[in-house]
Amino acid sequence: MSTTTTTSGHRGLQIEQALIFELDTPGSTAVDLPAAPKVRTRLGSLRSDKSIGLPGLSEPEVVRHYTRLSQKNYSIDTGFYPLGSCTMKHNPRLNEKMARLPGFADIHPFQPVSTAQGAFELIDTLAHWLKTLTGMPAVAMSPAAGAHGELCGLMCIRAAHEANGQGARKIVLVPESAHGTNPATAALCGYQVESIPASALGHVDLSVLKARLGADIAAVMITNPNTCGLFETECIEIAEAVHVAGAYFYMDGANFNALVGRVRIADLGVDAMHINLHKTFSTPHGGGGPGAGPTVLSAALAAFAPVPFVVKAGENYAVAEHAGHGAAQKAFGRMKGFQGQFGVFVRALSYILAMGVDGLKQASGDAVINANYLRAKLAAELTPAFEGRSMHEVVFDDRFLKNTGVSTLDIAKALIDEGFHPMTMYFPLVVHGALLMEPTETESKATLDQFIASVLALARRAKQGDQAEWFRAAPRLAPRRRLDETKAARKPVLRWRKADTTAEVAKQAAE
Amino acid sequence: MRYLPLSDENRRDMLAAIGVGSVDELFADIPAAAKAKANFSLPNTQSEIEVERILSAMAAKNLNAASAPSFLGAGNYRHHTPASLDYIIQRGEFLTAYTPYQPEIAQGTLQAIYEFQTQVALITGMEVANASMYDGATACAEAAAMACRVTKRAKVLISGGVHPHYRDVTATAMRFLDMQAECLAPDPMAVEDLIGRIGPDLACVIVQTPGFFGHLQDFSALAAACHTAGALLVVCVTEPVSLGLLKSPGDMGADIVVGEGQSIATPTSFGGPGVGLFATREKFIRQMPGRLAGETTDEDGRRGWVLTLSTREQHIRREKATSNICTNSGLIALAFSVHMTLLGEAGFRRLAELNHVHAVLLADRLEQVKGVKILPAAFFNEFAVQLPIPAAGVVEALAKRGILGGVPASRFYPTYPELANTLLLAATEMNSAADIDALGAALQEVLS
Repeated sequence: MSTTTTTSGHRGLQIEQALIFELDTPGSTAVDLPAAPKVRTRLGSLRSDKSIGLPGLSEPEVVRHYTRLSQKNYSIDTGFYPLGSCTMKHNPRLNEKMARLPGFADIHPFQPVSTAQGAFELIDTLAHWLKTLTGMPAVAMSPAAGAHGELCGLMCIRAAHEANGQGARKIVLVPESAHGTNPATAALCGYQVESIPASALGHVDLSVLKARLGADIAAVMITNPNTCGLFETECIEIAEAVHVAGAYFYMDGANFNALVGRVRIADLGVDAMHINLHKTFSTPHGGGGPGAGPTVLSAALAAFAPVPFVVKAGENYAVAEHAGHGAAQKAFGRMKGFQGQFGVFVRALSYILAMGVDGLKQASGDAVINANYLRAKLAAELTPAFEGRSMHEVVFDDRFLKNTGVSTLDIAKALIDEGFHPMTMYFPLVVHGALLMEPTETESKATLDQFIASVLALARRAKQGDQAEWFRAAPRLAPRRRLDETKAARKPVLRWRKADTTAEVAKQAAE
Repeated sequence: MRYLPLSDENRRDMLAAIGVGSVDELFADIPAAAKAKANFSLPNTQSEIEVERILSAMAAKNLNAASAPSFLGAGNYRHHTPASLDYIIQRGEFLTAYTPYQPEIAQGTLQAIYEFQTQVALITGMEVANASMYDGATACAEAAAMACRVTKRAKVLISGGVHPHYRDVTATAMRFLDMQAECLAPDPMAVEDLIGRIGPDLACVIVQTPGFFGHLQDFSALAAACHTAGALLVVCVTEPVSLGLLKSPGDMGADIVVGEGQSIATPTSFGGPGVGLFATREKFIRQMPGRLAGETTDEDGRRGWVLTLSTREQHIRREKATSNICTNSGLIALAFSVHMTLLGEAGFRRLAELNHVHAVLLADRLEQVKGVKILPAAFFNEFAVQLPIPAAGVVEALAKRGILGGVPASRFYPTYPELANTLLLAATEMNSAADIDALGAALQEVLS
């Protein structure tokens, strides 16, 4: 139960904050603009003086509002964030400083190419690193996030099939353990999705896959290391079988952090793989983006890459911006406005240059050490879902909670009170009650030991057998206790409305 | 390496606890053939000073708008950024948080998204908005796909006044969905007939306000014609500051409004990252793409927010999801929201007014230059002009004089010789009277 008894509703440093709309002082503003000279306006009949309904606040009120909101967030700057498959690593501030140089921040996507040579050089330099680290001959830089990169890869694959008279291939095979974006992406690319089961060892079942391959299969999408934190040991055989069948091999690179500097992706037989710059290369998640998902491509797919892409002509850079013209003769089209996620590119290159190839290799090693250390220590009370070693993340199932009345969700919520962000829960779907933990390389041993102590204590508490109610009441110490998601979905309230008009708007919406 | 906390001693202890002798043993599952060639000819780690030096040298090769008068627009605009805006979005609790999947410890992000959704709905004149898309162009493609789902039709019509990148991204997406996008030719004089092209097979018509060439048009009659034919009207907004002064798309009868929030949120940054705005009517929410924050209560009855209606999304619905989008543009959406909150209604209107006034001053000045003709009769902060000679060369000549003097239409339409002499020019609150005069004088010189 809550112990809030204050008049204000605040509890020490946990301060309640109203919505900006409830703080409105009509006419107030936090921005002073110079007076506009009088001119004869040229707006025609489209001018509107109707009230918009935006609230007015002063600068101190705005700064305090957002500062208070920020304090209700967990973040990598404030604590350990072992979210599996999310690679929540430290975000160096040097990246932010570099992205704010006027020569990067104050440049425009359509200024003359001759005046933006440094910007194209930056994109080309980052592309060089990504191509070299993967051993792949080409990279499409414009995808805006991981799922967008998947779409880029599949669009290249479909364009290649169509160019080769193989347009009748309509099926993409995706393992059961895949991220939801894989099947969703295949559908957006006009493909039907078929699921391939995992073996008892958590791997793609090569014999099942081989049996299904045929003239109707366009591509196979496999995450490697997979979402169980395991390397697909038969990856090369899978790629060979896929190629023999005339299909392409898409490797989801969400977990590239385990492999950087240690494996050449090209040597796995990969045709396309996206790289999440906001995971592997340290650009901030920002509460849900922006990211960037450059997609490396094999020689078979390179010509179909979308515009825009940088072309080096002697000492100078040019950019191919039109599919069907010049260097972009076979480009499948365009996926993104302007020149891609340039600000994210600056941050990623800043990180890559700081790390260097030796630092990147050390990072993937440390990420794998940290994950296996968690595995080794937590196995004292938890049940690893699979035998053997893990890569950069480790998945446990909920056998250790059997007959306790405590669920994976309860453990996660109790971890919030312990001051940790929970692990990924109930994913991958192939693991019952999954707890997926990815510590990353930027956590110290001391942090991991604290986390391990908390998880073990919670597991032991659960196993006492009469603790279900105690767990169900967690979290108790966070800014909010468990929130009613069913209520939110049943009668969605997706925006603020003035109280006295709610009924009227609801009536209008119903009509 | 300064970003890695483990010491060699830590590593030894941890490997011992794991039960292996070396880190390489942990990579034993990887076939030797995949590891054999992992020797990369790339630089090793470098200090902050060295990294700063390398990147600053690249930055210095670009002509930037902080040091040169800029009249560039075409969907990407340079506005003033209040100092408190950058401070807020650099707070680590916003910058380094993940998607708010654990609502009890993500109320800051969730409340900010809810406020963002409300602001976007208000300025577009719509009922609901989502938590953001990647950018305006991808939001436009998502709108086209959504219109097809809602109407169960498979064809969209894209006006020649729509930003060519929005058109291309949408046409690409539609082609791979095995649906059809009919793209009209560029329309610099805003004379195309859209209503006459609406047929019973059309899912939506996509238009833009202000138009790509700067025209201001009321699409109310078009909306009515769409609705009569069972189609939706999608309205794109590439410069949301315009909504402080102009009739909103919602007031024109739009069913979906998409846009690019960059101009309010973030520096031009070579065009990315931006933030896609996506707003629609309440009755379509279950067909919407993207994340949504919704209000609810916690176990103590206190108000709070969660991500909701996720049964539309890829992590639940997989191949039947409304979109594959996962990571969106959270931090830029926050920046958009913070700036809108700083502005408030009064500031937003004043900013819009100031933009228009500066564009009028620019138009007035350019009309004194012989051979320059302003194309739109009514415009907001950007307009196309017709020059007596090809615009691409003019822009290069202006750049040599240290002025970023607009975007030639040929950059987008290389196969339309009739657009060779067309130039797009934008003015914002950042362009001083002196900048405008400098452009006028330089243009006069280049054209004579």
